[in-house]
This record gives sequence, C-alpha cells and structure tokens, in this order.
Amino acid sequence: MTIPSTKLRFATVWLAGCSGCHMSFLDLDEWLFELAEHVDVVFSPVASDLKTYPEQVDVCLVEGAVANVDNLELALQLRQRTRLVISFGDCAVTGNVPALRNLWADVDGGSRQSVLDRSYLELADTGAQHPHAPGIVPELLERVRPLHEVIPVDLYLPGCPPSAERIRAAIEPLLRGETPAMEGTAMLQFG
Amino acid sequence: MAATPQLQLRCCAASGCRSAGSEALQAALLAARDQLGGAADAVTIKPVGCLRLCGRGPLVAVDRSGGDGQEPSAGSTELYAELTPEQAPALLAAATGLGEGPAAAQRLDPAHPFFALQKPVVLEGCGVVNPESIDDALAHGSYAQLKRVLLECSPEQVRDQVKRSGLRGRGGAGYPTGLKWDTVALQPPGPRYVVCNADEGDPGAFMDRSVLESDPHRLIEGMAIAAYAVGAEQGYVYVRAEYPLAIERLRLALRQARGKGLLGGGIAGSSFNLRLEVRVGAGAYVCGEETALLASIQGQRGTPRPRPPYPAQKGLWDAPTLINNVETLASIPVILREGGDWYASIGTEGSKGTKVFALSGAVANTGLVEVPMGTSLRTVVQTIGGGVPGAEGPDGGVKAVQTGGPSGGCIPAHLLDTPVDYESLKALGSMMGSGGLVVMGETTAMPEVARHFMRFSVNESCGKCVPCRAGTVQLLQLLDRFVERRATLADLERLEELCTMVGATSLCGLGQAAPNPVLSTLRYFRQEYQAACRDPDQCEPLDACLLQEVTR
Amino acid sequence: MSVHTLTVDGVEVAVPEGASLLDAVRAAGVELPTLCHLDGLSPVGACRLCLVEMESSGHLQPACATAAGEGMAVLTQTPQLQHYRRMAVELFFAEGNHVCAFCVANGNCELQDVAVAVGMDHSRFPYQYPNRRVDASHPQFAIDHHRCILCTRCVRVCDEIEGAHVWDVANRGSECSIIAGLDQPWGEVQACTSCGKCVDVCPTGAIFRKDDTTGEKEANRERAGLLRSAREHHQWQNQ
Ligand SMILES: Cc1cc2nc3c(=O)[nH]c(=O)nc-3n(C[C@H](O)[C@H](O)[C@H](O)COP(=O)(O)O)c2cc1C
Ligand code: SF4
Ligand code: SF4
Ligand code: SF4
Ligand code: SF4
Ligand code: FES
Ligand code: FES
Repeated sequence: MTIPSTKLRFATVWLAGCSGCHMSFLDLDEWLFELAEHVDVVFSPVASDLKTYPEQVDVCLVEGAVANVDNLELALQLRQRTRLVISFGDCAVTGNVPALRNLWADVDGGSRQSVLDRSYLELADTGAQHPHAPGIVPELLERVRPLHEVIPVDLYLPGCPPSAERIRAAIEPLLRGETPAMEGTAMLQFG
Repeated sequence: MAATPQLQLRCCAASGCRSAGSEALQAALLAARDQLGGAADAVTIKPVGCLRLCGRGPLVAVDRSGGDGQEPSAGSTELYAELTPEQAPALLAAATGLGEGPAAAQRLDPAHPFFALQKPVVLEGCGVVNPESIDDALAHGSYAQLKRVLLECSPEQVRDQVKRSGLRGRGGAGYPTGLKWDTVALQPPGPRYVVCNADEGDPGAFMDRSVLESDPHRLIEGMAIAAYAVGAEQGYVYVRAEYPLAIERLRLALRQARGKGLLGGGIAGSSFNLRLEVRVGAGAYVCGEETALLASIQGQRGTPRPRPPYPAQKGLWDAPTLINNVETLASIPVILREGGDWYASIGTEGSKGTKVFALSGAVANTGLVEVPMGTSLRTVVQTIGGGVPGAEGPDGGVKAVQTGGPSGGCIPAHLLDTPVDYESLKALGSMMGSGGLVVMGETTAMPEVARHFMRFSVNESCGKCVPCRAGTVQLLQLLDRFVERRATLADLERLEELCTMVGATSLCGLGQAAPNPVLSTLRYFRQEYQAACRDPDQCEPLDACLLQEVTR
Repeated sequence: MSVHTLTVDGVEVAVPEGASLLDAVRAAGVELPTLCHLDGLSPVGACRLCLVEMESSGHLQPACATAAGEGMAVLTQTPQLQHYRRMAVELFFAEGNHVCAFCVANGNCELQDVAVAVGMDHSRFPYQYPNRRVDASHPQFAIDHHRCILCTRCVRVCDEIEGAHVWDVANRGSECSIIAGLDQPWGEVQACTSCGKCVDVCPTGAIFRKDDTTGEKEANRERAGLLRSAREHHQWQNQ
C-alpha cells in the first residue's frame, strides 16, 4: 500500500448488523481524535451526515451482512468507490445473527417469508400485517450473505463486536501504509 | 440316458435378460418343446448365466452337438436376441430344422467381434453352466482344483502359483494378489479370515453380479483355495442387498457345496475345514471399501478407518483377514488348472490376465466383455462395442469413455488407442476401477458428467471425515454453477483447489477419488468449464448476474 | 520397553513402542491442531487436522491414528499442509451454524481455537445453514446440533469410558447426526447416567450444561485421559 500524501478518505458503513461494531468503534474514545488527524471521515452513520457514498474513498469499514436490496446496492457501490474494503465484525465476515434466517431458506415460502411472518404476524400483539411501503422499506433478499460473497473484500476484522483494541490494531498499520497482521486470538477469534 | 440330446438351448437366466423377460421365454420354450412329441427328448433347455450381449436380451444360444454329449461344438452355435415368448415355437422349429426361425435381425453372428474378440477366462463357465446345478458345475470341472490342491499342494505352493500368475486385485486398486495372500499367511499364528468383496457399488458395473449369478461355484472354489492358502477356516461373502438373484444363487450354491462335502469339516477327505457365510450389505457404496466392509460384517456402522494397519494384519475381530474381489477370487481356479505361467502369458508386462468389463452407455453393443489386459480402449469401444449407434467418423461418435465409475475419470476419444491396463489408465487420470466402462457420445456435456458423479459421492459419503463430508457438498455446488453457466474464473480456481484438497486429505478411497471425474474432465475438456464462466467485463457496473444470484 | 526413534520436522525424538505419531510430534515440541483426537479415547482419524507428511513417500497420514515407527520422518508444517488445514477448518464452519457471539462455549471452544491457529479470518466456502435440531430433553444437559462437528468424542467417551453407549452416529454424508439411544430424545434414554463426560469432552458448544449461558461452558477435557490412565495404572485411592 502506498503511503498517502494527504489524509486518508475514511468511511464506515452499516449494513445488516446491530450497530454493535460501530459502538465498539466509538469505544476507541480519545484515540478517535488521533485517528481524525490522519483521516477525513467522508461517510459514516456515526460521524457524518452525508447520505450518498462518495467517490474515491481510501478505507471503508463495513459492518453487517447483506440482507436486503439496499444493503446490496450500497455494497456494490462502495466497492466501486473504495480502495480498501474491510469486513468489519462477524456479521460482515460470516453473516452471523442476521443470517440465521437462512436456516429457513428451504422451508415453504423461504427464509424471507418465514422471518416476516414470524415477526409481523405471529408475534404481533395487535394489527398484524406485513410492512409494505415500496421505495421506503427495502425488500429482503431471500438469503443473507456475508459481505465477501457479494463483493471482493480486502481485509477481515472478525469479532462480535471486534474490541476497540482489535479495531485499533487493525487500523493503525493502515494509517502507516502497512498491512496489519491478522493473527492470534487477539486479532482473529470470532464471537 | 434315453436319447443323446441333439440340441441344447441355453437360455440366459441372469439379471439383464430376466428384466427383459427371460423367465417367461424359458417357460414358453419348455412348453413348446413338450409340443414336439417324440422329438422333445432330443432337445435340452438349460438355464445358464450371462451370454454377454445383455443390451439385447433375452438371449438364447442354440447348440447342435454332434451327439457326443453336452459340449457344443464350435461353429455350430446360433445365438438369438430379443426373443418374445410368442417366438418360442418358431425358435424351436428353426432349431430342429422344421421351419422359419425368428426374424433375421434377431439372429446374432457368433463370429462378430463382440463375441469373437472376447477371451473367456473368469467367464469361461458363464453362459455355459447351469448356475443352480452343482452337478452341472462339477461336470464342467468345478472344484477339481480345490480337490487337487488339498491333495497335492502345500499352501505355499498355491500361493506361489498365484504369485507367478501376476494376478492383481480386480476390486480397483490392483494390489498384487499373491503378495496379499503371503502377507496374511505369514502373520503370527492364530485365527484368520477370508472375505469376498461382492459389494459392487459402482454405478454401471455388473461384472461381479454376473459371476455370482452365472457361475457361483467358481467363486466358492476360488475362496476355498484362498482360505487354504492363507490358513483361514472361516469366510464371508459380502453381497449388496440390491443383488437378490445373486444372493439366492450364491446361497443355493453354498448349500449344494456343503451337501457334497466341498465346504465344512474335512473338505474332500482332507483335514481342511472351511465355513463360508453370506453377509448381505444394505447397499452403501462405501461398504465396498475394505475397512468399512469389515466393520459392517462385524455388525458395526459401515465406515472406513485409517490404514495401516491393513486388514491383512488386523481385519475381522483384529485377526489377519484376506479380502479380495469376486473377479479376483474367480480367477483362481483357472490359474491353478492352467498354471500361473499360463495366466501370466496373457496381458501386459504390469497387468496380467484378462479383465471383465461392463460395457454400457452410448454404444451399440452393451453387455459383459472379457478381454486380455492391454486390449486398446478403441477395440473395446469401437470394435467390440460397435461405437455410438448411427454415428460416423474415426472415433465412431465417441466423445469420451468413463472408467472407474465415481472414482475414475473420462478418457477423451483421441486417446482411445490407450491399452487397458492399471498403469495406462492411471496415467490418464482415470483408473481401472472394478470394470464399469461407460461410453459417452458427442453431445455429452462434461461439467454435467462431473456433477453427476459428484452427486453420487455426496450421497454415498459416509460422513466420517470432513473433506469428503463437507468438501464434496461444496464441490457439487461449485459444479452447479458451471452446469448452470453462472460460474466465474475464480470459481474455476476454487474448484481445482478444493478437488486437490479433498483428494489429498480424505480418509478413504471414496473421498480421495471423488474429485477424479472433475479433475479428468478439467484435464481434457477444460474449454467446456471455461465456456461456462461468465465474462466479468459484462457484469459492470451493477453486476446483473450477481444481482440475479443474490436475489434468487 | 523398546523405543522408536524418528524425526519430526527434522528434530529427532524417541517415543516408547505403541506411541502414536501425534505423541512423537508433541514430544518434539511441535503444536499440531487436533479436533477429533482426545487423549484417553480411541483414535478415529476423522477431522484430518493432524495430517502430517511422510517424508519418504509424500503420503499424508493422520498423526493421531498412525503408530510411530522406527526411522520414520514426518513433516508437520509444509505450506501445503497448512493450506489444507485452513480449508478443513473453513469446511467445518461452513457446514454447521456457528454463531460464536451467543455460544455457550465462546472463548472455550476448540474449533474457535483451531480457527485462530490456522489463521482463518473468513470462510471462502459458502455457509450451508443446515436446519438442525436442539435437544434439551435431558434434565441437566442439552445438545445443539448446529454446533456439532461430528468428531464423535461424545460417542467414544460414553461407550469406552462410561460404558453407557448412549450416543451413535446416524445417516450418511452431510446428513450425519449424533443421536441418543435409538434416535430418541436424550432425556428419554435410560442408559444415560448423567455422568457429564460427554459435556466435558465435547470440543465445541454442541453439548453443554443447561445452567450455562453464553461463554460460560467450562469443560474438563482432560477427564477422559485421566480416567483411562487411572484405570490402566490402578491409581485409585481407597479410603
Ligand atoms: C469407496 C470404495 C468402494 C469400493 N468398492 C469396492 C467394491 O464394490 N468391490 C470391490 O471388490 N472392491 C471395492 N473397493 C476396493 C476394496 O477396498 C478392496 O481394495 C478390494 O476389495 C480388494 O480386493 P482385490 O485386491 O481383489 O481388488 C472399494 C474401495 C473404495 C475406496
Ligand atoms: S472419505 Fe468419505 S467415505 Fe471415506 S471415510 Fe471420509 S467421509 Fe467416509
Ligand atoms: S461451537 Fe465454537 S465455533 Fe461454534 S459457535 Fe460455539 S464457540 Fe463458535
Ligand atoms: S452424560 Fe454420561 S452417560 Fe449420559 S450421554 Fe453423556 S457420557 Fe453418556
Ligand atoms: S456433540 Fe460434541 S463431542 Fe459429540 S460429535 Fe458433536 S462436537 Fe463432537
Ligand atoms: S444377462 Fe443375459 S446376456 Fe447378460
Ligand atoms: S486429530 Fe487426528 S484426524 Fe482428527
């Protein structure tokens, strides 16, 4: 990786995840100030108001699995506009909890129907009905996928969530233009 | 005997012809003979084993003997195919010279290469003896070698003849049989066992079934000789439940042999004892793997275990156990009768003797073929098999030949001149296997062939080790992508990588060989896999194929 | 007692007759990942993680299930072996449903450890999401088949050490499943003595104590080995 002459254009993206990975990112506390000296946060649900993913992003942390058409579109878009894509957390790396509905992929109606029926009909206290708002509520994909099954991923940062230390250990070398060594329990263990 | 039979009708009563109605045909022939009145005495109707051209059953061979007993004299045999019970009177009339026979197209030419190029050694009694009559088998020489070796030879001398013969295991791997017998015989003193592997699970293979159905006494004699040679007093024949006729005939033959004192205590007046039992397997392909087979005989779950120790050292109940294939054991009586050197004079340097093939697929003549080792695939497929029906050209419309079933590979038409022997087939990325030979015509799509066999392996994996249990599933899904033409070049790379891993790390031969159909088709028909990959350039910017896949 | 001398990655070691290649590898101080093997249980050679290369032939043999022999030379860390090991671990993860985040064994799981050891940061093979069962019919224990890697340690410990033979393997290939009794709910199998040995030897979070929640499983994986050696060497305390 070449050493950037200017600040890195840095993004974080939140797909189908619980936002825990982003919370963990915020747990970096004062180190975030140091990070801000090296990067421009150009897109992030926790640090930016931009609604469109910008061009020419250097590094993007992607939290969450790909579960609906919005996730899919954003994933494809960010891949085109980003140099280094990082699967951020177990949902992005393995599908994790959001992908559990894939267990029902082979039942009648498939996983999409099963999860909607369960959530909006069977467990509804009152007014049971499916959410339906075309253009507003994105349609679920039949199968939830880890990020790398949809776009090429450059670095994997597992953990549910990855601890702040692990996130820092992965990002710090990148700022120096180095590839982090993703080895050992501290960096790799799932969960 | 009242009258010397002038005519003998040998009706195939093996599974192939049975499924085409040979039982009704035989009944009709018997009824038609009774209509002949006084002439009936001159006609014998005899059920026999496979007459080879199974694809056109039911078959009947008509022998005109010169009045000197039952042996048909060469050149005077007529062969009829696809007979219906209604044609029984006409067939008899023709045979007795009293009328027109069945349609000319049903009359086969025994001089046709399909028959003429065969060399019956293992199959010498197949289609000749009545598989349900030990007297007929004895009349054709069965058990003569057993009696002789018990009287005249030491176990070492028997093993020596087998070593001289150069016989290699016909179950697929081609391990030298004599060496295996020595290994078992030379283990420390104690009980030992002999086991016949009649599991024959390869799709498209029916050689062993044919031997069991056609000439079971030959196998029993071979096993008894093997038991004597290694010092076993107990043996098992492991047959799959899908072979009911073979099981029935084998059980009958065992009863008959016991009745004649050819099995049991003090065989043929010697001090040698042998108990043979049939064990019926539930038809799992993996139970043909020797360690799984032994576990199954012991009443355990039929899963392989790591070797060494090999069964020859530690087999049934941890005792040294000789395990051989049906065809291997059925070769033994001839080897002892004619001598190991005689057998070794047939075949090639490294692969001696003959090999039985089950020829099927896109080929004019399908059936059972026994040829000397070293015969070219072209001879087997084009000359004997007659090529693809209706096709022309130098390779007779053949695109590839599959040998070795789900563990083997596809050999392309341009390599048809390869001699059939263990090493040549292996060098081409296929294997001899047990002898299934499936011919594929030009319209066959190779990724589909590979997927077909991979699905077989997925279904037949015992599930013990992870490369095979989980790896074959992933391979099948990768192959789906090629068959459905939605693969990428990355998939091709992953396919090869995973094939190598599954082959190198699986516990038993099933997993180790499961990638072979993929690897061999990749080797010779790579362009078909490449053509199934979509062009990444066409997928930008929003990957339509991907979108289709993930939203599916 | 006779001794075999052999080399492991070029290092000479001596092991007593009857030792396995795995014993030799450990004697050489080399770490080799294992999953199906457990000291005290008979070897099965099923997980293929401990495969080593025989220098003479290039063949791969499971160290746990191969007897060490005089003069053998084995390699344990060739790039090819490392490559195969990582793929095997990926296959394990892809064939089951492993959500470590809420697993009872999170942080105390041999599969997790092995994934770290082989450097598996993601699975290149698509997850299969098999829809498996959870059996919580036993009063104290439960089995969640989603996390089962079919190592058969539970089968062996219950048969070989406890002598109850509650567990077996049913079906074939990817349909394989551990079953209790004759495929009954575990709680209904009267042969079970509730000794907890299967809980202890299970390398994953598949078999666990019901009072344990996320990350709380504590397994005494030495139990099988200790019991076996105590029995063989009659190390009982009579009081
Ligand atoms: C998956 C698998 C299936 C097998 N099936 C058969 C079979 O059906 N019949 C057979 O004779 N050998 C089969 N074998 C080979 C046997 O393991 C064994 O090598 C053979 O029976 C030895 O006999 P031979 O030396 O006479 O060939 C199979 C091997 C594997 C790995
Ligand atoms: S290779 Fe397949 S059939 Fe053989 S032991 Fe492994 S899982 Fe069973
Ligand atoms: S069993 Fe191990 S690998 Fe599986 S979910 Fe639990 S902790 Fe993770
Ligand atoms: S608790 Fe003990 S007896 Fe019961 S299944 Fe587990 S090992 Fe067997
Ligand atoms: S339940 Fe545990 S011990 Fe038993 S096979 Fe599954 S992973 Fe192994
Ligand atoms: S079965 Fe009748 S000819 Fe083969
Ligand atoms: S530990 Fe040796 S194969 Fe599993």
